[in-house]
Amino acid sequence: MSGRNFAAIIFFAIVAVFLVFSALMMHPFGEFDEEHYPEMDQYIIDNTQNETGADNGVTGVVFDYRGFDTLGEATVLFTAVAGVIILFRRLKK
Amino acid sequence: MSGMSRIVKTITNVAFPFVMIYGLYVIAHGHLTPGGGFQGGAVVASGLAMILVAYGSIWVVGKVKEKHLSVLESLGAIGFISLAFFGILLVYLYSSFEGTFFSNFLIGQDTIPIFNEIGKGLANINTAGIIPLMNFAVGLKVIAGLFVIVLVMAYSTRIKEGK
Repeated sequence: MSGRNFAAIIFFAIVAVFLVFSALMMHPFGEFDEEHYPEMDQYIIDNTQNETGADNGVTGVVFDYRGFDTLGEATVLFTAVAGVIILFRRLKK
Repeated sequence: MSGMSRIVKTITNVAFPFVMIYGLYVIAHGHLTPGGGFQGGAVVASGLAMILVAYGSIWVVGKVKEKHLSVLESLGAIGFISLAFFGILLVYLYSSFEGTFFSNFLIGQDTIPIFNEIGKGLANINTAGIIPLMNFAVGLKVIAGLFVIVLVMAYSTRIKEGK
């Protein structure tokens, strides 16, 4: 076994341990947890339709509450397009 | 790539309008049903990539230049960011507006009678303020961006004719 494979196996084991622990610590689906009460979730569910006017709550969050995040995603796409065009321009005649 | 067989081209001609209509529907109804600008733009770009695969990149480059697609993508980005800045601008112009960067200034007002209603159901498309307009801008950006990525990569690595 080469050193490269050994390092990969160790890295995989560490990641697997973290994945198993985080899966065990996961919030149970659909249960109301008094200790970790998601206040922001309930606020968005209650007020999205009146504040943003959108029936789709996900779009209301993405384009209104977290519009700055969407601006970052658009910037990432723009950067990807610019990079691809710069990278492949030299191959064309 | 110089196109595929006649069967593939025929099936592409049949399927292409449905893909485009579905993608544009997802963009236009982004504030009502699941989806939005990113998802609908990805669907439309997939349809355009299907045209690219079926007809070949040389034929497609004869029809549309990648500079024009870059202009479209920049228009989408400028529309998005200018809609965001309008929230600040209208506060200085009209004191009745209250807004910040990315604020939804079209919702719940009577000055500009477009997209000013609050959502009451899945059938009303004139709701949600600037969210549909932002969906259109992001959709245009994603269509042009993804298609120009696929087009440039396909055209640059094309197989030389006669070899």
